[in-house]
Amino acid sequence: MKTKKICDLYISFFKIGGLTFGGGLAMLPMLQREVVKKHQWCTEEELLDIYAIGQCTPGIIAVNTATYVGYQQAGFLGSVAGTLGMVSPSLIIICLVASILQNFIHMPAVLHALAGIRIVVCALMLNTVFTMAKKGIIDKLGALVFVTAFLLACFTPVPTALVIVLAGLTGIIAKHFERRRSA
Amino acid sequence: MIYLILAYEFFKIGLFSIGGGMATLPFLMDLTNKYDWFTVSELTNMVAISESTPGPVGINMATYAGYNAAGVLGAIVATLALTAPAWIIIILIAKFLENFSENKNVKAAFYGIRPAVAALIGYAVWELLKIALVSAAEGKLQVNMVNAIVCVAAFALLQIKKLGKLHPLAWIAAGACIGVVLKM
Repeated sequence: MKTKKICDLYISFFKIGGLTFGGGLAMLPMLQREVVKKHQWCTEEELLDIYAIGQCTPGIIAVNTATYVGYQQAGFLGSVAGTLGMVSPSLIIICLVASILQNFIHMPAVLHALAGIRIVVCALMLNTVFTMAKKGIIDKLGALVFVTAFLLACFTPVPTALVIVLAGLTGIIAKHFERRRSA
Repeated sequence: MIYLILAYEFFKIGLFSIGGGMATLPFLMDLTNKYDWFTVSELTNMVAISESTPGPVGINMATYAGYNAAGVLGAIVATLALTAPAWIIIILIAKFLENFSENKNVKAAFYGIRPAVAALIGYAVWELLKIALVSAAEGKLQVNMVNAIVCVAAFALLQIKKLGKLHPLAWIAAGACIGVVLKM
């Protein structure tokens, strides 16, 4: 019975990982179909809660969701099955694409296409940064953190991880003082 | 032992990249300075391919980076190492903490982290832009005007609601066509 559940978890998350493009929010509709409707592993509300946890823990949101659902359904082995199911399609597809691309990368047409793609990707990413900044910067302190982090990344060898930790601490300290002042 | 180094680096990325797949980009950028696994320009290709294949973008990029560094085994090591820290943390949360995302300190930390993540990704994109737009001709660095115009035009078009909602795959395909037609 438990073995079947673990197989189900692996297969379900394999499907979700293999059929959705983009991860993150793009994955929610597929998650709803497989996890809520088909297997009834959790309710719609629980899924959104799990998603919120996935968003505020380190790592990839979609994978975190798979780990959490897997753990709730079948403990330790369930979390392994969910996680591996989610990353397996990526491993297969990316390795295939990368090995195929290596054989074609020297053709002029492929080089031109990649050059064009690189520019569009820059525009797409720039757009992502703007959206994230708009959502993430809600007050003056947020703007200050944004500018400081950017300058640290540009001009100092401060490790990226340290910038994240410092930003988190800044948030905690700022909110602490805010609470004290209003109390 | 390249596999050990890969495991260490990607474990670290998994532990500190908060806020989705693109948050791993600044860390991957760091790797281009530290190791010769891939160049910044290859990194841009990796982003494009990761966005146009199924699966979470962060996982796809880690798989690709691992593959470039040390083949299929490298891909597996990088991907599993990336997911390991979150896996441990999620199990701890599932076991011990209820209402984790409602905790006031967690919320306060994210209030600070979100703008920083946006800034770090912004810096990574700036580095990618330099590679995509600046070319070295006769030993002098100069901005490639055609590339710059295409980039600005694409960004402007992305601000149109309907076009911005198109799947990245459509944009990437369009980029490939433009690249071939203009012989970029």
